[in-house]
Amino acid sequence: MAEHFVHPPHWEAYIVTYFFAAGLAGGCYVLATLLSLTGYPEDREPARLGFLVPFPLVLLCALVLTLDLGRPWLFWHMLVNATPGAGGLNFKYWSPMSVGAWALLLFGVFSFVSFLGALPWARRPGPLAGTAGRAWMIAGALLGLYIASYTGVLLSVSNQPVWSDTWTLGGLFLASGLSGSAALLAWLVRRRAAAGSPATSWQRLLTADGYFALIELLFIVLFFVSVGFAGTLGVAVRGAWLVAWILVLASLVPALAELGGRRGLVHAGSGPLLVLAGVLLMRIAVVISAQM
Amino acid sequence: MFTDTSICIGCKACEVACKEWNQLPGNEPEYRNDSFDNTGELDAQNWRHVKFIDRVPEAPMTTGNGQAWLLMSDICKHCQHASCMEVCPTNAIIRTEFDTVYIQPDVCNGCRDCIAACPYGAIGFNPKDGLAHKCTFCYDRLQANMPPACAKACPTQSITFGPLRELHKKADERVATLRAQGYDQAQLYGRDASVYGGLNAFFLLMAEPEVYGLPNARNAVLPRRNNRGGYLGVLVSAALAMVAGIVALRRRGSDTLQDTTPGEGS
Ligand code: SF4
Ligand code: SF4
Repeated sequence: MAEHFVHPPHWEAYIVTYFFAAGLAGGCYVLATLLSLTGYPEDREPARLGFLVPFPLVLLCALVLTLDLGRPWLFWHMLVNATPGAGGLNFKYWSPMSVGAWALLLFGVFSFVSFLGALPWARRPGPLAGTAGRAWMIAGALLGLYIASYTGVLLSVSNQPVWSDTWTLGGLFLASGLSGSAALLAWLVRRRAAAGSPATSWQRLLTADGYFALIELLFIVLFFVSVGFAGTLGVAVRGAWLVAWILVLASLVPALAELGGRRGLVHAGSGPLLVLAGVLLMRIAVVISAQM
Repeated sequence: MFTDTSICIGCKACEVACKEWNQLPGNEPEYRNDSFDNTGELDAQNWRHVKFIDRVPEAPMTTGNGQAWLLMSDICKHCQHASCMEVCPTNAIIRTEFDTVYIQPDVCNGCRDCIAACPYGAIGFNPKDGLAHKCTFCYDRLQANMPPACAKACPTQSITFGPLRELHKKADERVATLRAQGYDQAQLYGRDASVYGGLNAFFLLMAEPEVYGLPNARNAVLPRRNNRGGYLGVLVSAALAMVAGIVALRRRGSDTLQDTTPGEGS
């Protein structure tokens, strides 16, 4: 049994917001890339919408991360070693917070360029068309996968109860971020559908959402099993947190129903909202319950 | 530094000396209804904390067999393998020329990753200055060739400071004496490398480490152990998700969508 005597870092609203926004930013970039590379020519418009989402979210990420610091004006110390006489850059591959700072910066560059290229008035085909464009998108999508997932690893690379007792959080955050992104994009594309976007784009996004929800469900089960073995399941589900987890599981139902061919749940206007609420609630449950 | 808890009398002179030297005003006094402990825990204001562990037996004991309180003057252990130092993204936490672990206040930006990592709860966050704080081992006093304030003030010499080799020898002798006197549970904590590679502030305990709120050797693990499992989980999830995404979103058969009517099934 794992025993913990640590103090909580009091990572609260700002950090939960960051984890939520990072999941969606990375997830939307990945889905836009998949639509561009493997989809139909008509998917170009949905992909364009997908590339518009990440950059504003990255700005939000940078803002909340900075505000969460005790000394926000020293945010650059994440990247540059300010130790007198040391100089140079900070990079610790074994500290996810250190790697994540660089990854977010790089992803910011990728999402910014893709955002510019996706603006309605951007020249098409832009400089990122062709092989160079595909390579750019793939590199950005890999960073997107990292941004959407490393936050879970960051929690685990600690000595906190629950977080450090499981290996599942990175995978869980990724699956849930992709699920939320698919729901968000489907909703955006559907709104555009009336104005001419192909209907099947958002329907295929909902199918993808179903698959992602299935992977998320798998990781939630693995999460419970792993913390159960460590002896800290009681911390994760005590009191109201059990209700929170039941709601998280309920939020997966509309997306899973898509896979079972039961349309209507996510098609209802509130469906994507429900999925997004589940994505947020899961992060709240993981982050806050372990610190109480 | 060696803290022999068997001769601690709970006077808190160490706490006071620490606060005085380091100019720590302390927290607002708080009434704690459960022990003589009025400090609570190590935090940004309390770099020394005398723990009062209630062992008052339920039934009357025969003379000489009672054990009322376990006392332990707790502190940052200045671990050889320091979890806090491992994760700190700004490299604000350094190992000094005295082999101690020190948070540079000018470099720390208050991210609090070290607090999530320290297995002893030795670091606290001060919202007033936005910094992480913990015992500095009186870095300024060491530089002036003076012992840490707590060791200087301890009236029973429960806290002693000196070259580690000498302290190890002294601790070995003391634990042997106690065991010979029948204190079977007397043990050294952090004397050898089994706990975080050895602790520069190590202890003689009168019971198992868990009783004092210290991880035993099996639970004394570093945060980075979870990188491999965590990223492996990410890889599995990413591989499954990419296959799923491609299956769901890929082009099938023809070059264009067959059905472009909003609202109809695919
Ligand atoms: S006790 Fe905690 S704060 Fe002190 S060196 Fe060890 S890990 Fe760091
Ligand atoms: S709070 Fe300061 S000392 Fe602690 S990990 Fe962050 S930068 Fe490092």
